[in-house]
This record gives sequence, C-alpha cells and structure tokens, in this order.
Amino acid sequence: MSFPVSDVVDAIYAIAVLIFILGLKALSSPETARRGIVYAGIAMLVAVAVTFLTFFNSSSSSWSFGISLPVNLGLIFLGIAVGGFGGYYWARVVKMTAMPQMVAMFNGMGGGAAAAIAAVELLTSVSNRITGGLSIAGGIIGAISISGSIIAFLKLQGWMPSKAIVLPARQYVNTAILIVAVACGVLTLWTLNIFWLTPFYILLCLYGILLTIPIGGADMPVVISLFNALTGIAVALDGFALVNGPLGDAGYGMVIAGMLVGASGSLLTFLMAKAMNRSISNVFFSAFGAVEETGTQMKGSLKPIEASDVAVLMEYANQVIIAPGYGMAVAQAQGKVKELADLLEARGVTVKFAIHPVAGRMPGHMNVLLAEAGISYDKLFDRDEINAEFPNTDVVLVIGANDVVNPAAHRQGSPIYGMPILDVENAKNVIVNKRGKGKGFAGIENDLFYRDNTHMLYGDAQKAIGELVSALKK
Amino acid sequence: MAADLWTALFIALLTIFTGYEVISRVPVLLHTPLMSGSNFIHGIVLVGGIVALGLANNTPELIIGFIATVMGAMNVTGGYAVTERILEMFDRSAKKKGGKP
Repeated sequence: MSFPVSDVVDAIYAIAVLIFILGLKALSSPETARRGIVYAGIAMLVAVAVTFLTFFNSSSSSWSFGISLPVNLGLIFLGIAVGGFGGYYWARVVKMTAMPQMVAMFNGMGGGAAAAIAAVELLTSVSNRITGGLSIAGGIIGAISISGSIIAFLKLQGWMPSKAIVLPARQYVNTAILIVAVACGVLTLWTLNIFWLTPFYILLCLYGILLTIPIGGADMPVVISLFNALTGIAVALDGFALVNGPLGDAGYGMVIAGMLVGASGSLLTFLMAKAMNRSISNVFFSAFGAVEETGTQMKGSLKPIEASDVAVLMEYANQVIIAPGYGMAVAQAQGKVKELADLLEARGVTVKFAIHPVAGRMPGHMNVLLAEAGISYDKLFDRDEINAEFPNTDVVLVIGANDVVNPAAHRQGSPIYGMPILDVENAKNVIVNKRGKGKGFAGIENDLFYRDNTHMLYGDAQKAIGELVSALKK
Repeated sequence: MAADLWTALFIALLTIFTGYEVISRVPVLLHTPLMSGSNFIHGIVLVGGIVALGLANNTPELIIGFIATVMGAMNVTGGYAVTERILEMFDRSAKKKGGKP
C-alpha cells in the first residue's frame, strides 16, 4: 500500500483554510486584529509548505516535476527567495505614509501572478475547454488588476498626476478594447492557437490602464479595494482551473482563499463607496474631479491667522473638534495633535475628533494614525455621529483635509455634489491648517476657506500644530 | 473530472457567504488593516505559481511560471509586512520605544 499523500495534503489544506477564516475574523475586531494577521501568516506558511508534497506521486513513489527536480524545484526556490525578500524589504523600508500605495502595489503583484498562472495553464492545456475558459476568465481579471493597481500606485506615489486625466471618447474606446481583448481570448480557445494570447494580455493591460487613468485621487481608496476584490476572484478562477488538473488539491485552497477575499473585498468596496454616497460604476466611469466648475465665483477672501491667536481662541472654547485629513498623515503630525488635545483637556476644553470615512488615502487611515499617537477610540467620532454637534462647537480645527469638508458637496452641479461631508462650516470658528493655497486631491475649489468664520493657518501640519502647542504652553 | 469542478463550485458559494458574514460588522477603524490583510490572504496565489512552475516542461512555461512565483511571493511577504506595520500602530506600548517610523 502506498502512502496516502493526497489525503494528508487535503487534510492539511483544510486546517490551513480554517486558520485563514479565523484570521480574517480576528482582523475585523480591534482587540484581536494583530492576532488575526499572525493566524493568516501561519495558514499561508502551512499551505505553501504542503504544496511541495503534492508533487509526490504516491503510486509510482516518485516526484512528478515538469522537467526534473533540480530545474523546477530550484527555480521555485529562487522565485520565492527573490520575490519574498524583495517584497518584505520594500514593505519594511518605505515610509509609513506610503502604505496605501504599497497595498496597491502588492495587490497588483497578486493580480499579475494570477494572470501569469492563467497563461501557463493555457499553454499546457489549451485543448481542455473548461480549464481553458476558466483560465481566460482568470487572465482577464488578473491582467486588469495588475495594470490598474500599478496606475493607482503611480498616482498615489506622485509619479503620475493624481488629477483625473480624461481622454476623448474614452468610454467607447475602452469598451472596444475590452471587447477585442475578450475576442482574442475566445479565439485562443476556438482555434487552439496560443498566438492570440499575446494581443489578449496586451489589450487587457491597456484596458486596465485606461480604466484607472481617468479616476481622480480622492477615489483611490475605493479603486484599490475593488482591485483587491478582483485579484481575489482571479485567484479563485485560477484555482478552479487547477482543480481540474493533475495537482488538483492546491486548487481548492486557492478557490477558498480567493473567494474569501473576493466576497469580503467586494463588501468593503461597497461600504467605502457608500461612505462617499457614490456607486462603484460612478467612481469608474464618471471621471470624477475632472470637471472644472465654471461660473462659481469665490466670494470673500482667504484670511490668514497666527498660531498664537488660534491658541487664545481654543483656550476659551467649550468644545473643540479636530478634523484631520491627509495633510496630517503626510506631516506625521499625529503626535503633536495628541499633545494639543491633552493641553486643551487639561484646561477643561472638550476635545473630539471628527473622522470622515474616506479622509486620507484609505478608509480608516485617520483612525490608525490617531491610535498610533495614543488618542483613545472613544474620542473619535464618525461623520454621522458628529455632524449634529458642529453648531454647538466653538472651534473646529481642520488639519490638512479638503474635499471631505468642502460644502460644494451640498451644491447642485458641483462635481462632488451629494458626497456626505463633515459640516464643519456650521461651527462658530473654523481654522483650516493647510500647507499652501492649492486645491484638494480631487482638484476642486473649496469655498469653505472663503467663509467669514474661516481662518487659514498656513504651514506644514507638524510645524503649525507645534507652534499652537507652544503658544498654549505659555 | 467534472465532479471536482462542481465540488469546487459548491465550496466557492459557501465561501462567499463566509467572507460576507465575517466582514459585515467591521468597524471603520479597521477598514485599512482589513483591506491590507485580505490583500495578504490572496497571496495564496503563490501556491498556484508553485504548481505552475513545478509542472512547467518547456522554456516559455518556465519563464512565465517563474514570473508568477516571484510576483506571488512578493504579494505574500509584502502584504504581510504592510499589514503588520499598520497594526503595529495600534499597539501603544510597542510604539514608544520605536521612535520615528
């Protein structure tokens, strides 16, 4: 009797899947989140390690590598070493503020891997219509995911203008490209000629690029989340194709983990889009932020204010609400913000934080930074919880946030019309800390800055809040 | 043969509900780590890369399989490190000795 390798492998995969689900569950609660990623890590290690066993053919008691054990296994180890060390090193050395684009980049890598696996599947077994069809589907989604994610990365990294770039007749051009690409995929299966795979992948990458280029920076969180879900689905489709092949056991793991991400990622994308009161198709097809409003003259003027005056204003306030945005993240000013909050509280001022769900470049971005500074969760309030409080607030301090406090969202015809915002304009005094006079990431003029009750505290957030702190200490 | 595919389909359907249920009550606070964590989980694609490269028996398959393995491995380690770094910020005691990130 031969050793039941396949059964052992399946049993271990089942355990790995269980740990994956427990990990994801733990990730969705603040107390257990750190444990969650460790669980997922263990599951991944187990799943990858056991995959090597699947190459062992128990009936002939030999290893079934494509060419030979040294060639195939050697390349596998080399690939894991290169990619593994590269990815880990890169993720460790980048600045904390670059985390959003790193998620986009590593998500793109996953999509690219899914597209490449689909290509190998098509090269080896193009004649199997079922496997072939699944691989084509995985290839389509994987290729769009990698090219789109890389554009998202370039935009967030600032290596490409973050503003929406609009090409003429892009809707028709994009649709045409997608149709021709899918046709190439169908032709591959129809003619069993792998020649068609080259235009297939080139056109899909082009489609991913053209799809993402018109999307403005403010929408990037939703876009990254959607590409994340898409990569999950591409991985699951590859898994389906593998289930049919000679080493089917590995396929089940990919189906489960991929679908888990596909489902939870879709839900997360939906929640984010809902927070901005926009549908996902609206994010992708409306070239949000590209339309310049014309005819709306800004009334009033920008009124600069000194840190010492802000300090006095805050000292005599009953309630101060702080509304942070991406500017705080860039300047790494959360420590100073914590100091400011502590000083004010020591003087009997109530301090609250207004967190817009999409402030920053990722949902929850602000929560993470404020938690890092040691500000307790119960002082952070969601948009819905805090909006009613602004009329009773003496001072609102907006730190490097723009679009999420832009009252243009209430005005019909504005490109961000309908987006739920923090209604900071209702407070008695609004202090806006900004580096300069530029527009927000969405590229829209903000008339909040021109209101009579608004004053501008110019300067890098770290420096400006630091000045505020030292003025309060006097 | 096809029976395997049906099994996989049933599993996939159940997984969709599992994924949906597990996430449905997540606080906004954890949206970023969760997105990053699920980004890591689809790094399971590395398993597919290993299988594809392991079975490859000509040069084009070896090259593409190698690319898949490298990218899959990057997804795994990079995704893990990013999630870990994001979650580290929640841990206040660890943060003090770390200094500037």
